Amino acid sequence: MRWLRHDLRRMRWIAVASVPAIVLAQTAAAQVAESAARPTGIFNSDRLGLLVALVLICGAVVGCILLARTGRPLKIRKLAALEAVDEAVGRATEMGRSVLFVPGIQDMTDIQTVAGVTVLGRVARTAAEYDARLEVPTSRSIVMTAARETVQAAHFAAGRPETYNDNGIYYITDEQFGYVAAVTGKMVREKPAACFYMGAFYAESLLLAENGNAIGAIQIAGTAEPSQLPFFVAACDYTLIGEEFFAASAYLSGERDQLGSIKGQDIGKLMVAAVIVIGCALATVGALFPATGATGAVDALRSFLGG
Amino acid sequence: MLQRTIPIAILSLSGIILMLAYFSPLTTSWGETVLGWFNVLAAVAFVLGAGNLLRVNLERISAQRSGWAYSAITLVSFFAMLAFGLLKLGAVPSEKHPDKHFAGAYEGPTAPYGWMYEYVLSPLTATMFAMLAFYVASAAFRAFRAKNTESILLLGTAFIILIAQTAAGMFLTGWIPQDSVFAFLRFDSMKIAITEYIQTAGMRAITIGIALGVAATSLRLILGVDKSYLSKS
Amino acid sequence: MHEHNGSDSPSFLARLGGIDRRWIFLAMGLSIALPILLKLRFPEYPGPMAKATFDAIESVPEGSTVLVAFDYDPASAAELQPMANAMVHHCASRGHKIVFMALWTLGRQLADKAIEEVLLEFHPGLRYGTDYVQLGYQAGNEGVIKLMATNVPEQYKTDTKGTPLASLPLVAQIKSTADFALIASISAGYPGAKEWVQFAESANPEAFKLVCGSTGVQVSQLLPYYPKQLDGMLVAVKGAAEYEMLVEGKYPVEKNAERLGQGRVRMGPQLVAHMLMIGLIILGNIAMVAGRSRGGAR
Repeated sequence: MRWLRHDLRRMRWIAVASVPAIVLAQTAAAQVAESAARPTGIFNSDRLGLLVALVLICGAVVGCILLARTGRPLKIRKLAALEAVDEAVGRATEMGRSVLFVPGIQDMTDIQTVAGVTVLGRVARTAAEYDARLEVPTSRSIVMTAARETVQAAHFAAGRPETYNDNGIYYITDEQFGYVAAVTGKMVREKPAACFYMGAFYAESLLLAENGNAIGAIQIAGTAEPSQLPFFVAACDYTLIGEEFFAASAYLSGERDQLGSIKGQDIGKLMVAAVIVIGCALATVGALFPATGATGAVDALRSFLGG
Repeated sequence: MLQRTIPIAILSLSGIILMLAYFSPLTTSWGETVLGWFNVLAAVAFVLGAGNLLRVNLERISAQRSGWAYSAITLVSFFAMLAFGLLKLGAVPSEKHPDKHFAGAYEGPTAPYGWMYEYVLSPLTATMFAMLAFYVASAAFRAFRAKNTESILLLGTAFIILIAQTAAGMFLTGWIPQDSVFAFLRFDSMKIAITEYIQTAGMRAITIGIALGVAATSLRLILGVDKSYLSKS
Repeated sequence: MHEHNGSDSPSFLARLGGIDRRWIFLAMGLSIALPILLKLRFPEYPGPMAKATFDAIESVPEGSTVLVAFDYDPASAAELQPMANAMVHHCASRGHKIVFMALWTLGRQLADKAIEEVLLEFHPGLRYGTDYVQLGYQAGNEGVIKLMATNVPEQYKTDTKGTPLASLPLVAQIKSTADFALIASISAGYPGAKEWVQFAESANPEAFKLVCGSTGVQVSQLLPYYPKQLDGMLVAVKGAAEYEMLVEGKYPVEKNAERLGQGRVRMGPQLVAHMLMIGLIILGNIAMVAGRSRGGAR
């Protein structure tokens, strides 16, 4: 095994050295193609509405983070799924069984995977504190690497660096159903007591959740794939729906800065709701009273926002 | 300290630059270029993943841990696909260059690689997907209980859609004329009303929430507020 | 698991709520297998979305160049291949020239299957390079669509046989997606129909007709685009069956007709399986009520 590890370390450096050459060639080809059809100018005025929306929403988030730093009390509603993390890991420790964490099947380019890996950090810290065995099968090599760093950091943070074992975080395959076949087989054979599904999932969501149900595990899921949410809600004990999943890492950290960003998210939602109400009201008035010009206002709003 | 500062700096700088690059025609393509860099990295990282796969499964076989037979099957399959694909063993010779081995086609079912795809991989993935039918039935039986008002609404909606998606919908209510006052009672009309108005509205609301969640998460990472993904120095 | 003495044992109905799931799996297996073995068929009545898809392909002038993107893999082939086959047959029957491509790794093989089993089977006179071209798979997800929206030859330098696009009469003059009269995406997820709407249709609005076929779970994400950005949409096996009825009505085939009727074949098991699920849900609720009333009576 030592020879394989040594060779892999050497190959890593060869691979790193070859990346710039490949990248330069690809960038040059792409730039030639793009320059033929790109609009000119410094600012794309079609996207002004989007820029305004970005500034407002980011401003709300940053503002709330700064407000949180002043010590202002923050009220965040309880998320049952996250309150149950300690219970789930504790259950696994009592039963002497493992905790399974599935960070989705997409790569680190998907923000859901990033959010899943940050939640993994929190769960891994709890597992380290409770001395529970954590298994993280991954579908992408880079996710495996990121997960290992995260879990190692969590063990350090818990004051248990000696309990970190990178054998528990391993790569299976990129192929969707090959991955889920391996994970479900592992679940049926080893019967983890707690299963976490946090990340981007597609058709395999129900396969994982039903298998977890069959082995009697406590299951906590979180995803931002709208088409998979119903399956998790039906089959899991707790589900984080959409934005709750993105708030999970901040919620679990308990840090004021991060809780402030959740507040900013909510203010962004209020802004969106206001625009929807205004737009619907204008469209209704325009449909009922065409002479008022409200329809023109709706069209202007739509084109400003890039519709 | 540098082990944490440098990654945060890279993340923050690249995040802000790429966010602003979207708004200028001169720099719009930067995001795609970076995605291309990532694809190259991911392809190279695959070697790490493959190495890990080999290590984990070889260890399991050598230690004869429970389930080691599955590891043996994994490794045999891995090397078989790798050999037939990479070395193009048994490839159909190319029409233009019949004497050049690596110009041959290996994706059709007459070549071993294509044969394994057609008769092993395809049926296996289709089988795994087909298992969903069984799991949907058991999940529906267990979870669809009329415990409160919301679950009764869910049940009613499920019944309407389940019936409307089959010939039973037309059989039961197809006799109601399309232009009558009671046309809304036709299963196909109810299905359209549910999917186009209720379901779409709910899905849009969830999607808006997700978009805001993505924005907030990205900002936390870019501003360095959330550092849980970093290793300890 | 509950512990009961003889007088407190749950009724038969209440016990049904905890039935072993393997009985449910067996019932589901039979409900799918028996209709196929017994060749149960039911009449299909095309809905507005299937009609819109059919009309979109019919409205494009005869002999136009159309692009069909196979954005799915074998796992979804059971749901999507029937509509893909029907669409290929429809386009070829209308005299359209078809360019095949795939955004999913394994989609190219499914396109090859449609070419072999449908296009060449029912339209044997078609010639490669003039009547149809297979561009194959390209990595890059929505990046492929973005580049094709402005520069197809830069994205696809050759077809799957290694022939430069400039040497193929059908695609030699194609510069961007705007040069296609119609684009059809048969999609199972990401990348798929949504990305075609976001990056191809928005780059060249009204330049071509865009239709899609999708799995059932995706419909809620694609419905907002219909009918403005999407001219037609086929949803799941039901959409495929309805579309097949329309295509068969205008362009019937004499032999091997079952290759263009797989959607309707699958509607038989779908009906029985859906009835089974409704029955199971009702049974589960009866068991729940029986269990509660038993507890209430004590």
